[in-house]
Amino acid sequence: MGSIKMSYSATELMIINASRLLRDGDVVFVGVGTPNLACNLARRTHAPGLLMIYEAGVIGARPARLPLSIGDPTLVSGASAVCSMYDIFTFYLQRGNVDVGFLGGAQIDRFGNINATVIGDYDHPRVRLPGSGGSMEIAGWANRCYIMTPHQKRRFPEKVDFATSAGFLAGRWQRETTGARGGGPLAVVTDLGLLEPDANGELVLTTLHPGMTVEQARANTGWELKISSDLHYTQPPSAEELRILREELDPQGIYLK
Amino acid sequence: MPKICSLKEAIQQFVHDGDSLYAAGFTHLIPFAAGHEIIRQGRRNLTLARATPDLIYDQMVAAGCASKLIFSYIGNPGVGSLRIVREEIEAGRMEIEEYSHFGMLSRLQAGATGLPFIPMNQTAASDLEHANPQYKRVTDPYSGKEVVVLPPLNPDIAIVHVQRADANGNAHIWGIIGEQKEAAFAARHVILTAEEIVDEAIIRSDPNRTLIPDLVVDAVCHVPFAAHPSYTQGYYDRDNAFYLAWDKITETRQATQAYLEEWVFGVKNRNEYWQKLGEETRTRLAVAPRWAAGVNYGEY
Repeated sequence: MGSIKMSYSATELMIINASRLLRDGDVVFVGVGTPNLACNLARRTHAPGLLMIYEAGVIGARPARLPLSIGDPTLVSGASAVCSMYDIFTFYLQRGNVDVGFLGGAQIDRFGNINATVIGDYDHPRVRLPGSGGSMEIAGWANRCYIMTPHQKRRFPEKVDFATSAGFLAGRWQRETTGARGGGPLAVVTDLGLLEPDANGELVLTTLHPGMTVEQARANTGWELKISSDLHYTQPPSAEELRILREELDPQGIYLK
Repeated sequence: MPKICSLKEAIQQFVHDGDSLYAAGFTHLIPFAAGHEIIRQGRRNLTLARATPDLIYDQMVAAGCASKLIFSYIGNPGVGSLRIVREEIEAGRMEIEEYSHFGMLSRLQAGATGLPFIPMNQTAASDLEHANPQYKRVTDPYSGKEVVVLPPLNPDIAIVHVQRADANGNAHIWGIIGEQKEAAFAARHVILTAEEIVDEAIIRSDPNRTLIPDLVVDAVCHVPFAAHPSYTQGYYDRDNAFYLAWDKITETRQATQAYLEEWVFGVKNRNEYWQKLGEETRTRLAVAPRWAAGVNYGEY
């Protein structure tokens, strides 16, 4: 076991706080990259009964190495089941068997809507992004969703250019009228803190990471960010969380910068 | 013509200018060898459908094979953008039809099962529904609520790479089985490429593993290592380094064309390509065995 410095990066802080949102026994639809690290960290700490599902059609994955793509062969070897993608999106997700979805995106707006499609106009995009992938249905149908993204003003506009995946649309009431089965985003985890939806579905700052300030959060958000009257601070990463993350999960530092 | 033939012959016979094509495989078993053969034969105006166009379609678009893309995620998985596809779309030179993964898979499912359309629940997000007029809504006659519907996708040709197949095209696939079965049943014609051609008795020893039956298969081609830089579970690993390298190569069109000249036009077939990759790459991608426990079907 190497010596762990108790300093940590913004990315590590984001991953560790995302992992703490998972509950033991959750069925989680895992994305590659930082969500994958958060889920595997949770399974090795407080949530040993976490069931990890990947959109490629893998259930109960126990990746022996860091998967660099969403369909890495390490997800399959030692998994509890493999099925087609149509099955994973129907038997598992549409049917309501997925507790948690982890999502990211180029833009997240005031009501937690996600844009992963285009910056600018759809027919004449300024920047063409990869698009939905599994995100549209995960955001619609997972019981709970968490979004992970660095806290930057350009990533947090008042309104997304294109709503690839639904948060609360223009307010919680509006999502409810669509009849989509999932509860929508429960939190956006950034490198500054956590934003959580209020009664109306608007994202407000509820938590700061140690050392971060309300002014930083305001300056890096594209709308007039409300601050919770009950603002609190996350616990700093523990030596054990940092050790697992750095030594077991991403020893080459591919996602941890 | 017997089903067993060279990949060159299969592409000559079944892939024509203007066809719609689905090269199956989600990250796993992507049929790169067939993509390269299509490029070598100079096909034009193809409609290329794939959930994730991946490097195979970025290369085919760079080579001028395609006039339209049908997709649900146009990134370089684990890396970033597919630069060629992205540039073509941003410049307005490529017609697109876009879905979510589930929308794309549902279209294949409808195509594979002979349905006129297929319903799905609402997701609350409607911008993609508005951007693509193929998405429609109908009233569920039982609940009276609106459901989202999509039409079947029936490509002219599907190409599927498999671990092993017999000479008639009964194919065993294991590992990630994304949308191979759906693509094969949805398409009008199916070309299989296989790591191994095996005796029918091997297939019959484990019928539960047969994902694709011979009745939908038109051509069977023995093409080891056909999936590189994608992978074949249990045979060789994904070449993640090449996925990163492609991001660099495609920074300029000149380097992209040079790549195609050297690695596609500059080799005769997949065997030459695999030899050209060199010992170091082949060793890096080698994978240690991990066998499943056998199952007992019983003698009846």
